[in-house]
Amino acid sequence: MVSRLKAWLFGSGAHPRPEVNAPSVPRPEAAEVPHRYDRQSHGLAEFLSHLRDCEGLAVLDLGGVSQANVTAITTLGHRIHTEDVWRTLDQLFPGPPPEEVEAVAVQRFLSDHFDFPEQSFDGVLVWDLLEFLPSPVLERTIEALHDVLKPGGHLLAFFHAEARPGALPVYSFRITGPASLSLERRGHRQPARLFNNRGIEQLFGQFRSVKFFLARDHLREVVVTR
Amino acid sequence: MSTMPTRIADAEAPKGTALIGKSVVVKGQIFSREDLYVDGEVEGTLELQDNRLTVGPHGTVKANIKAKEAVIIGTVHGNIEAAEKLDIRKDAKLVGDVKTARIVIEDGAYFKGSIDITRGEVPRPAPRPQPAAAGALSASAPAADPKL
Repeated sequence: MVSRLKAWLFGSGAHPRPEVNAPSVPRPEAAEVPHRYDRQSHGLAEFLSHLRDCEGLAVLDLGGVSQANVTAITTLGHRIHTEDVWRTLDQLFPGPPPEEVEAVAVQRFLSDHFDFPEQSFDGVLVWDLLEFLPSPVLERTIEALHDVLKPGGHLLAFFHAEARPGALPVYSFRITGPASLSLERRGHRQPARLFNNRGIEQLFGQFRSVKFFLARDHLREVVVTR
Repeated sequence: MSTMPTRIADAEAPKGTALIGKSVVVKGQIFSREDLYVDGEVEGTLELQDNRLTVGPHGTVKANIKAKEAVIIGTVHGNIEAAEKLDIRKDAKLVGDVKTARIVIEDGAYFKGSIDITRGEVPRPAPRPQPAAAGALSASAPAADPKL
Protein backbone atom coordinates (compact mmCIF):
# COMPACT_ATOMS: atom_id res chain seq x y z
CA MET A 1 0.00 0.00 0.00
CA VAL A 2 2.81 2.37 0.99
CA SER A 3 4.75 1.61 -2.17
CA ARG A 4 1.64 2.22 -4.25
CA LEU A 5 1.10 5.53 -2.51
CA LYS A 6 4.73 6.49 -3.12
CA ALA A 7 4.45 5.54 -6.74
CA TRP A 8 1.41 7.75 -7.08
CA LEU A 9 3.02 10.65 -5.22
CA PHE A 10 6.35 10.57 -6.96
CA GLY A 11 5.20 9.46 -10.35
CA SER A 12 7.07 6.23 -10.84
CA GLY A 13 5.39 4.63 -13.78
CA ALA A 14 6.85 1.24 -13.00
CA HIS A 15 4.54 0.62 -10.06
CA PRO A 16 0.83 0.10 -10.23
CA ARG A 17 -1.14 3.18 -9.29
CA PRO A 18 -4.44 3.36 -7.49
CA GLU A 19 -7.26 3.33 -9.94
CA VAL A 20 -8.44 6.83 -9.29
CA ASN A 21 -10.64 8.37 -11.93
CA ALA A 22 -10.26 5.31 -14.09
CA PRO A 23 -11.38 5.84 -17.66
CA SER A 24 -14.07 3.67 -19.13
CA VAL A 25 -11.98 2.82 -22.17
CA PRO A 26 -9.33 0.10 -22.19
CA ARG A 27 -5.83 1.26 -21.44
CA PRO A 28 -3.76 1.56 -24.61
CA GLU A 29 -0.49 -0.28 -24.21
CA ALA A 30 2.56 1.94 -24.36
CA ALA A 31 4.10 -0.13 -27.11
CA GLU A 32 1.07 0.09 -29.31
CA VAL A 33 -0.37 3.53 -28.83
CA PRO A 34 -3.24 3.78 -31.26
CA HIS A 35 -3.44 6.49 -33.87
CA ARG A 36 -6.70 7.67 -32.41
CA TYR A 37 -8.56 6.82 -29.26
CA ASP A 38 -11.19 8.19 -26.93
CA ARG A 39 -10.69 8.64 -23.23
CA GLN A 40 -12.52 9.97 -20.25
CA SER A 41 -10.95 13.08 -18.77
CA HIS A 42 -11.77 14.16 -15.27
CA GLY A 43 -9.27 16.98 -15.66
CA LEU A 44 -11.29 18.30 -18.57
CA ALA A 45 -14.49 17.97 -16.55
CA GLU A 46 -12.91 19.98 -13.76
CA PHE A 47 -11.59 22.59 -16.19
CA LEU A 48 -14.96 23.00 -17.92
CA SER A 49 -16.82 23.17 -14.60
CA HIS A 50 -15.11 26.51 -13.99
CA LEU A 51 -16.43 27.84 -17.27
CA ARG A 52 -20.07 26.95 -16.72
CA ASP A 53 -21.16 29.62 -14.30
CA CYS A 54 -20.97 32.62 -16.57
CA GLU A 55 -20.70 33.55 -20.23
CA GLY A 56 -18.27 35.73 -22.10
CA LEU A 57 -15.05 34.23 -20.74
CA ALA A 58 -11.90 33.89 -22.81
CA VAL A 59 -10.12 30.57 -23.34
CA LEU A 60 -6.76 30.01 -25.00
CA ASP A 61 -6.18 26.70 -26.79
CA LEU A 62 -2.50 26.06 -27.54
CA GLY A 63 -3.06 22.86 -29.50
CA GLY A 64 -4.18 24.36 -32.80
CA VAL A 65 -7.67 24.81 -34.08
CA SER A 66 -10.28 22.08 -34.17
CA GLN A 67 -13.98 22.22 -34.80
CA ALA A 68 -14.65 20.12 -31.72
CA ASN A 69 -12.85 22.44 -29.31
CA VAL A 70 -14.26 25.58 -30.88
CA THR A 71 -17.77 24.17 -30.60
CA ALA A 72 -17.24 23.00 -27.02
CA ILE A 73 -16.02 26.36 -25.79
CA THR A 74 -18.26 28.65 -27.84
CA THR A 75 -21.34 26.60 -26.97
CA LEU A 76 -20.71 27.59 -23.36
CA GLY A 77 -20.89 31.21 -24.51
CA HIS A 78 -17.17 31.91 -24.43
CA ARG A 79 -14.59 33.22 -26.85
CA ILE A 80 -11.77 30.88 -27.85
CA HIS A 81 -8.35 31.91 -29.07
CA THR A 82 -6.33 29.22 -30.80
CA GLU A 83 -2.57 28.99 -31.23
CA ASP A 84 -0.77 26.12 -32.93
CA VAL A 85 2.33 25.93 -30.78
CA TRP A 86 3.38 22.60 -32.26
CA ARG A 87 3.88 24.17 -35.65
CA THR A 88 6.32 26.73 -34.25
CA LEU A 89 8.06 24.06 -32.23
CA ASP A 90 8.55 22.02 -35.39
CA GLN A 91 9.98 25.05 -37.16
CA LEU A 92 12.29 26.22 -34.38
CA PHE A 93 13.38 22.87 -32.99
CA PRO A 94 12.71 20.20 -35.62
CA GLY A 95 15.02 17.56 -34.17
CA PRO A 96 15.56 16.33 -30.64
CA PRO A 97 15.26 19.07 -28.02
CA PRO A 98 18.44 21.17 -28.04
CA GLU A 99 20.50 21.52 -24.89
CA GLU A 100 20.98 25.22 -25.52
CA VAL A 101 18.49 27.57 -27.08
CA GLU A 102 19.37 30.99 -28.42
CA ALA A 103 17.59 33.89 -26.75
CA VAL A 104 16.23 35.00 -30.10
CA ALA A 105 14.46 31.67 -30.56
CA VAL A 106 12.92 31.90 -27.10
CA GLN A 107 11.77 35.41 -27.84
CA ARG A 108 10.26 34.40 -31.17
CA PHE A 109 8.40 31.54 -29.56
CA LEU A 110 6.97 33.80 -26.89
CA SER A 111 6.06 36.65 -29.21
CA ASP A 112 4.42 34.22 -31.64
CA HIS A 113 2.14 32.66 -29.05
CA PHE A 114 1.90 34.75 -25.91
CA ASP A 115 1.69 38.27 -27.20
CA PHE A 116 -1.37 39.15 -25.12
CA PRO A 117 -2.06 41.74 -22.49
CA GLU A 118 -1.71 40.43 -18.96
CA GLN A 119 -4.68 38.54 -17.54
CA SER A 120 -6.35 38.09 -20.91
CA PHE A 121 -7.70 34.58 -20.34
CA ASP A 122 -9.90 32.76 -17.88
CA GLY A 123 -8.65 29.37 -19.00
CA VAL A 124 -5.82 27.85 -21.03
CA LEU A 125 -5.83 24.44 -22.70
CA VAL A 126 -2.15 23.51 -22.69
CA TRP A 127 -2.66 19.79 -23.43
CA ASP A 128 0.60 17.78 -23.50
CA LEU A 129 2.87 20.54 -24.75
CA LEU A 130 5.04 21.35 -21.76
CA GLU A 131 7.20 18.22 -21.69
CA PHE A 132 8.39 18.94 -25.20
CA LEU A 133 9.64 22.47 -24.61
CA PRO A 134 13.40 22.83 -24.23
CA SER A 135 14.47 24.23 -20.90
CA PRO A 136 14.61 28.01 -21.34
CA VAL A 137 11.47 27.97 -23.47
CA LEU A 138 9.62 25.96 -20.83
CA GLU A 139 10.43 28.34 -18.00
CA ARG A 140 9.47 31.40 -20.01
CA THR A 141 6.28 29.68 -21.17
CA ILE A 142 5.24 28.97 -17.59
CA GLU A 143 5.85 32.64 -16.77
CA ALA A 144 3.83 33.65 -19.83
CA LEU A 145 0.98 31.33 -18.84
CA HIS A 146 0.96 32.89 -15.39
CA ASP A 147 0.88 36.35 -16.94
CA VAL A 148 -1.94 35.74 -19.43
CA LEU A 149 -4.20 33.92 -16.97
CA LYS A 150 -6.50 35.94 -14.78
CA PRO A 151 -6.25 35.35 -11.03
CA GLY A 152 -8.48 32.37 -10.33
CA GLY A 153 -8.15 31.22 -13.94
CA HIS A 154 -7.32 27.59 -14.73
CA LEU A 155 -5.13 25.70 -17.11
CA LEU A 156 -5.37 22.08 -18.15
CA ALA A 157 -2.17 20.20 -18.94
CA PHE A 158 -1.24 16.58 -19.58
CA PHE A 159 1.96 14.79 -18.73
CA HIS A 160 3.15 11.35 -19.71
CA ALA A 161 3.10 9.00 -16.78
CA GLU A 162 5.56 6.47 -18.12
CA ALA A 163 9.19 7.41 -18.41
CA ARG A 164 10.29 5.72 -21.61
CA PRO A 165 13.37 6.51 -23.62
CA GLY A 166 12.93 7.91 -27.10
CA ALA A 167 10.18 9.78 -28.82
CA LEU A 168 6.66 9.93 -27.46
CA PRO A 169 3.45 10.26 -29.39
CA VAL A 170 2.13 13.79 -29.71
CA TYR A 171 -1.61 14.26 -29.88
CA SER A 172 -4.31 16.59 -31.02
CA PHE A 173 -6.87 16.75 -28.24
CA ARG A 174 -10.50 17.13 -29.21
CA ILE A 175 -13.23 17.77 -26.71
CA THR A 176 -16.02 15.32 -27.42
CA GLY A 177 -18.06 15.73 -24.24
CA PRO A 178 -18.09 17.35 -20.81
CA ALA A 179 -15.60 14.74 -19.61
CA SER A 180 -14.38 13.05 -22.75
CA LEU A 181 -11.63 13.60 -25.26
CA SER A 182 -10.66 12.14 -28.57
CA LEU A 183 -6.89 11.94 -29.00
CA GLU A 184 -5.48 11.82 -32.50
CA ARG A 185 -1.79 11.23 -32.94
CA ARG A 186 -0.08 13.96 -34.93
CA GLY A 187 3.41 12.46 -34.81
CA HIS A 188 6.18 11.61 -32.41
CA ARG A 189 8.57 13.87 -30.63
CA GLN A 190 11.38 13.50 -28.18
CA PRO A 191 10.39 15.07 -24.84
CA ALA A 192 12.82 17.59 -23.41
CA ARG A 193 12.05 16.44 -19.91
CA LEU A 194 9.58 14.18 -18.11
CA PHE A 195 8.06 15.19 -14.83
CA ASN A 196 7.00 13.25 -11.79
CA ASN A 197 4.26 14.68 -9.62
CA ARG A 198 6.66 16.61 -7.44
CA GLY A 199 8.31 18.04 -10.57
CA ILE A 200 4.93 19.16 -11.84
CA GLU A 201 4.18 20.90 -8.56
CA GLN A 202 7.52 22.67 -8.70
CA LEU A 203 6.93 23.64 -12.32
CA PHE A 204 3.75 25.46 -11.31
CA GLY A 205 5.20 26.79 -8.06
CA GLN A 206 4.06 30.34 -8.72
CA PHE A 207 0.45 29.24 -9.23
CA ARG A 208 -2.05 28.95 -6.43
CA SER A 209 -2.80 25.23 -6.70
CA VAL A 210 -2.20 22.12 -8.77
CA LYS A 211 -4.80 19.36 -8.85
CA PHE A 212 -3.86 15.93 -10.19
CA PHE A 213 -6.15 13.53 -11.99
CA LEU A 214 -4.85 10.04 -12.49
CA ALA A 215 -5.97 7.79 -15.27
CA ARG A 216 -5.13 4.26 -16.29
CA ASP A 217 -3.62 5.23 -19.59
CA HIS A 218 -0.22 6.79 -20.12
CA LEU A 219 -1.26 10.40 -19.43
CA ARG A 220 -1.60 12.35 -16.19
CA GLU A 221 -3.88 15.33 -16.09
CA VAL A 222 -3.43 18.46 -14.01
CA VAL A 223 -5.69 21.45 -13.51
CA VAL A 224 -3.67 24.40 -12.30
CA THR A 225 -5.22 27.47 -10.73
CA ARG A 226 -3.59 30.88 -11.04
CA MET B 1 -5.80 49.57 -66.30
CA SER B 2 -9.06 48.26 -64.94
CA THR B 3 -9.41 47.29 -61.34
CA MET B 4 -12.80 45.77 -61.90
CA PRO B 5 -13.14 42.07 -61.48
CA THR B 6 -13.82 40.16 -64.62
CA ARG B 7 -16.49 37.64 -65.32
CA ILE B 8 -14.41 35.21 -67.23
CA ALA B 9 -15.70 31.75 -66.66
CA ASP B 10 -13.57 30.05 -64.10
CA ALA B 11 -13.90 26.44 -63.16
CA GLU B 12 -13.51 27.25 -59.46
CA ALA B 13 -15.74 30.33 -59.22
CA PRO B 14 -19.47 29.72 -59.29
CA LYS B 15 -21.48 31.37 -62.04
CA GLY B 16 -22.74 34.84 -61.24
CA THR B 17 -19.81 35.52 -58.95
CA ALA B 18 -17.38 38.36 -59.48
CA LEU B 19 -13.85 37.08 -59.75
CA ILE B 20 -10.43 38.41 -58.92
CA GLY B 21 -8.22 36.02 -60.81
CA LYS B 22 -5.01 34.52 -59.55
CA SER B 23 -2.70 36.91 -61.39
CA VAL B 24 -4.51 40.04 -60.15
CA VAL B 25 -3.27 42.21 -57.30
CA VAL B 26 -5.66 44.73 -55.74
CA LYS B 27 -4.63 47.24 -53.11
CA GLY B 28 -7.42 49.31 -51.61
CA GLN B 29 -11.02 49.04 -50.52
CA ILE B 30 -13.39 46.60 -52.14
CA PHE B 31 -17.16 46.90 -51.70
CA SER B 32 -19.32 44.36 -53.45
CA ARG B 33 -23.06 43.83 -53.73
CA GLU B 34 -22.60 40.43 -55.25
CA ASP B 35 -20.68 37.31 -54.36
CA LEU B 36 -16.95 37.61 -54.87
CA TYR B 37 -14.30 34.98 -55.49
CA VAL B 38 -10.74 36.10 -54.77
CA ASP B 39 -8.03 33.92 -56.20
CA GLY B 40 -5.46 36.69 -56.50
CA GLU B 41 -3.95 39.10 -54.00
CA VAL B 42 -5.94 41.69 -52.11
CA GLU B 43 -4.60 44.16 -49.59
CA GLY B 44 -6.87 46.65 -47.85
CA THR B 45 -10.48 46.01 -46.88
CA LEU B 46 -13.22 43.78 -48.25
CA GLU B 47 -16.89 44.45 -47.59
CA LEU B 48 -19.68 42.30 -48.95
CA GLN B 49 -22.37 42.97 -46.39
CA ASP B 50 -25.07 40.80 -47.93
CA ASN B 51 -22.99 38.45 -49.99
CA ARG B 52 -20.52 35.63 -49.88
CA LEU B 53 -16.77 35.97 -50.17
CA THR B 54 -14.67 33.02 -51.24
CA VAL B 55 -10.90 33.18 -50.99
CA GLY B 56 -9.75 30.56 -53.46
CA PRO B 57 -6.77 28.23 -53.14
CA HIS B 58 -4.42 30.76 -54.72
CA GLY B 59 -5.96 33.72 -52.97
CA THR B 60 -3.91 35.80 -50.55
CA VAL B 61 -5.82 38.44 -48.66
CA LYS B 62 -4.35 40.94 -46.24
CA ALA B 63 -7.50 42.72 -45.26
CA ASN B 64 -10.25 42.99 -42.74
CA ILE B 65 -13.31 41.30 -44.15
CA LYS B 66 -17.02 41.87 -43.63
CA ALA B 67 -19.37 39.53 -45.41
CA LYS B 68 -22.59 37.62 -44.95
CA GLU B 69 -20.71 34.37 -45.55
CA ALA B 70 -17.04 33.67 -46.09
CA VAL B 71 -15.31 30.58 -47.38
CA ILE B 72 -11.55 30.47 -46.89
CA ILE B 73 -9.56 28.03 -48.98
CA GLY B 74 -6.41 30.12 -49.41
CA THR B 75 -4.63 32.54 -47.08
CA VAL B 76 -6.08 35.41 -45.09
CA HIS B 77 -4.33 37.79 -42.72
CA GLY B 78 -6.96 40.00 -41.16
CA ASN B 79 -10.08 39.99 -39.06
CA ILE B 80 -13.28 38.49 -40.41
CA GLU B 81 -16.85 39.37 -39.57
CA ALA B 82 -19.14 36.89 -41.26
CA ALA B 83 -22.71 37.64 -40.24
CA GLU B 84 -24.04 34.17 -40.97
CA LYS B 85 -21.29 31.64 -41.54
CA LEU B 86 -17.54 31.20 -41.87
CA ASP B 87 -16.16 28.11 -43.55
CA ILE B 88 -12.42 27.41 -43.13
CA ARG B 89 -11.31 24.64 -45.46
CA LYS B 90 -8.54 22.15 -44.86
CA ASP B 91 -5.71 23.91 -46.70
CA ALA B 92 -6.67 27.39 -45.52
CA LYS B 93 -4.41 29.60 -43.48
CA LEU B 94 -6.17 32.26 -41.46
CA VAL B 95 -4.48 34.63 -39.04
CA GLY B 96 -6.88 37.07 -37.43
CA ASP B 97 -9.87 37.37 -35.17
CA VAL B 98 -13.21 36.02 -36.23
CA LYS B 99 -16.74 37.07 -35.36
CA THR B 100 -19.51 34.98 -36.84
CA ALA B 101 -22.78 33.25 -36.06
CA ARG B 102 -21.61 29.86 -37.31
CA ILE B 103 -18.20 28.41 -38.08
CA VAL B 104 -17.06 25.27 -39.85
CA ILE B 105 -13.41 24.29 -39.61
CA GLU B 106 -12.00 21.39 -41.57
CA ASP B 107 -9.18 19.29 -40.17
CA GLY B 108 -5.84 20.50 -41.46
CA ALA B 109 -6.76 24.19 -41.53
CA TYR B 110 -4.36 26.59 -39.86
CA PHE B 111 -5.97 29.24 -37.71
CA LYS B 112 -4.39 31.66 -35.30
CA GLY B 113 -6.71 34.08 -33.59
CA SER B 114 -9.86 34.32 -31.58
CA ILE B 115 -13.34 33.08 -32.40
CA ASP B 116 -16.35 34.93 -31.11
CA ILE B 117 -19.72 33.42 -31.90
CA THR B 118 -22.37 36.09 -32.21
CA ARG B 119 -25.74 35.11 -30.87
CA GLY B 120 -27.83 37.89 -32.28
CA GLU B 121 -30.77 37.13 -34.51
CA VAL B 122 -29.58 36.38 -37.99
CA PRO B 123 -31.28 38.79 -40.39
CA ARG B 124 -33.56 37.20 -42.91
CA PRO B 125 -31.99 37.16 -46.35
CA ALA B 126 -33.21 39.88 -48.65
CA PRO B 127 -34.70 38.77 -51.97
CA ARG B 128 -31.83 38.13 -54.30
CA PRO B 129 -31.67 40.67 -57.13
CA GLN B 130 -31.18 39.54 -60.69
CA PRO B 131 -27.50 39.53 -61.57
CA ALA B 132 -26.58 43.05 -62.58
CA ALA B 133 -24.14 43.91 -65.32
CA ALA B 134 -21.46 44.63 -62.80
CA GLY B 135 -21.09 44.43 -59.05
CA ALA B 136 -20.59 47.52 -56.99
CA LEU B 137 -16.97 46.70 -56.60
CA SER B 138 -14.30 49.29 -56.62
CA ALA B 139 -10.64 49.34 -55.89
CA SER B 140 -9.16 52.65 -54.98
CA ALA B 141 -5.55 51.87 -55.68
CA PRO B 142 -3.98 50.63 -58.87
CA ALA B 143 -4.06 46.96 -59.58
CA ALA B 144 -1.05 45.25 -60.98
CA ASP B 145 -1.09 42.79 -63.79
CA PRO B 146 -4.78 42.67 -64.58
CA LYS B 147 -4.50 39.90 -67.11
CA LEU B 148 -6.68 36.98 -66.16
